[in-house]
Amino acid sequence: MATKASRSAARLMISPAVLLLLGWMLVPLCLTLYFSFLRYNLLQIGPTPFAGWENYYWFVTDPSFTAAIKNTLVLVGGVLAITTIGGLFAAILLDRPMFGTGIIRIMVIAPFFVMPTVSALVWKNMFMNPVNGIFGRIATSLGFEPIDFFGQIPLASIIIIVSWTWLPFATLILLTALQSLDQEQLEAAEMDGAGWWNRFWFIMLPHLARAITVVILIQTIFLLSIFAEILVTTNGGPGTATTNLTYLIYVSSLLQFDVGMGSAGGVIAIILANIVAIFLMRMIGKNLDA
Amino acid sequence: MGQIQLKQVSKSFGDVEVIPPLDLQIEDGEFVVFVGPSGCGKSTLLRLIAGLEDVTAGSIEIDGNDATATPPAKRGLAMVFQSYALYPHMSVRKNIAFPLKMAKMDQAEVDKRVANAASVLNLTDYIDRRPGQLSGGQRQRVAIGRAIVREPAAFLFDEPLSNLDAALRIGMRLEISELHKRLDTTMIYVTHDQVEAMTMADKIVVLQAGVIEQVGSPLELYQAPRNKFVAGFIGSPKMNFIEGNEAQKHSAHTIGIRPEHIEVGDSGPWKGVVGVAEHLGSDTFIHIHDTGLTDPLTVRASGEVAFSYGDTIHLRPRDDRFHRFDERGMRIA
Ligand SMILES: Nc1ncnc2c1ncn2[C@@H]1O[C@H](COP(=O)(O)OP(=O)(O)O)[C@@H](O)[C@H]1O
Ligand SMILES: [Mg+2]
Repeated sequence: MATKASRSAARLMISPAVLLLLGWMLVPLCLTLYFSFLRYNLLQIGPTPFAGWENYYWFVTDPSFTAAIKNTLVLVGGVLAITTIGGLFAAILLDRPMFGTGIIRIMVIAPFFVMPTVSALVWKNMFMNPVNGIFGRIATSLGFEPIDFFGQIPLASIIIIVSWTWLPFATLILLTALQSLDQEQLEAAEMDGAGWWNRFWFIMLPHLARAITVVILIQTIFLLSIFAEILVTTNGGPGTATTNLTYLIYVSSLLQFDVGMGSAGGVIAIILANIVAIFLMRMIGKNLDA
Repeated sequence: MGQIQLKQVSKSFGDVEVIPPLDLQIEDGEFVVFVGPSGCGKSTLLRLIAGLEDVTAGSIEIDGNDATATPPAKRGLAMVFQSYALYPHMSVRKNIAFPLKMAKMDQAEVDKRVANAASVLNLTDYIDRRPGQLSGGQRQRVAIGRAIVREPAAFLFDEPLSNLDAALRIGMRLEISELHKRLDTTMIYVTHDQVEAMTMADKIVVLQAGVIEQVGSPLELYQAPRNKFVAGFIGSPKMNFIEGNEAQKHSAHTIGIRPEHIEVGDSGPWKGVVGVAEHLGSDTFIHIHDTGLTDPLTVRASGEVAFSYGDTIHLRPRDDRFHRFDERGMRIA
């Protein structure tokens, strides 16, 4: 595949797929951009005049926008912290040879295959419900006041639910990376006088740097758009306590039927996501080369 | 100091006894080579001494102190692994400094020792590179550098040269021998290559299936192998073994004669047909069949002999160089 002819033939043959994908991406993007500059509310019949930057202005100055940005960051940051640190811990435990490794690994990965709506409902009704949930029951039986998870610590509750879904993903990637670590390196370090912590810090962690980067990048992309868990449990509330950017866009366009405003939010979300992506790539991307 | 003594040490993995109980004494400053075929337990024995594996029974003493339960880091031994086991994300400098850093040595002393090791091993020009940017021989030297900065009581090498090409292997062999002379520290060296064992060792330990077959200096093993296994393993090309009538004449079950102790000429008690001849320039190894003996022979002749395939030649073994073995393969004195 190195001659000129074969290369141009290859280009010709993949071009339909590239064009299709490009259209697939560009058409909705352009439509969103277009709508975001219109005064376009589904409840108002009539013309949809050009509105300039009005939609953007109102979307950004809305107090719930600031709250949504903050919630998004806390949600993403919290889940990332829990899943990477917890995943590291779990991977190190699972890396040891033990009885029934195969079954335990399947059990560990299982939560990842549960749909977000289902897992959120299970958590909401069976675990976090102050009256019927397991946590409530335990608290009551021990004589404590049960926590009303979605009333008192709504955002933390959602972080817990999402972390539960993503922990297996992080664990699995980190476990795979850990298993590719040359055991002789650990033995050499042991002979060099490194205790467990030093071996972890100087040998395992640098070895895992790349895998950790992958976990963080992939998770960030998905966590920025968390939606189902919020819709099923708190509907963004109380107030705007659990409204993230995705949910705010949903509220604007599908609860208030303001297509223009929702589109403006969408464009802002795209820009923010790209800023985060560039920022992350810069910060930890250097781990990916070499 | 670096005197190591194994007393009735054995090792089993599950039900499989890899090393039956053995005793071994290693003196301070000695260069000891463990040699034996692949899978005979050389690495396992070395790892037992290092403390990377627990002994199943028996005890290990280092400088007279029981070290059986001492963790590897506290035994004062340094190991060079077959895969080198360098830390890939650290520069050469950091790799070599790592054991000192773990010992919390002060930075000035660390710098001094690292610079010293680097100059001894010709690594000064590469000191800020990562292992991935080095050649096999350079990596090998970094691994040795990491071992020498600690000034250990003994060095343990596990087949350190097996990943190098032939020319480099000979060079590194010399360097390691020279290092031993200069440091005068105990070294235990594992290899499956009897040439390495013969050229480097003060004392060779020949292992087979975890059992020590013989311990001795290279010449002792060459001149007086205790059994057929050692006789066949030490020396290249391999010793010729002959059974049957010819052995009966020497009142032995098997007799052995090394290829270099058979002369080729126009007369002699044996004769045979020339098969393949391997010309090395300095020597020629001639494989001879149809000898009328129980086995074909290999003979070492001078480099300039000119025999062709199919020639019939006469052979004269040197009578004082026969090794005699009984039915169990043990040497008859
Ligand atoms: N961790 C282990 N578990 C089970 N068997 C092992 C283990 N390590 C080595 N062995 C077995 O012990 C024997 C000796 O191995 P080793 O010491 O590596 O041989 P050598 O270094 O002489 O080639 C081999 O048969 C090998 O299969
Ligand atoms: Mg080995």
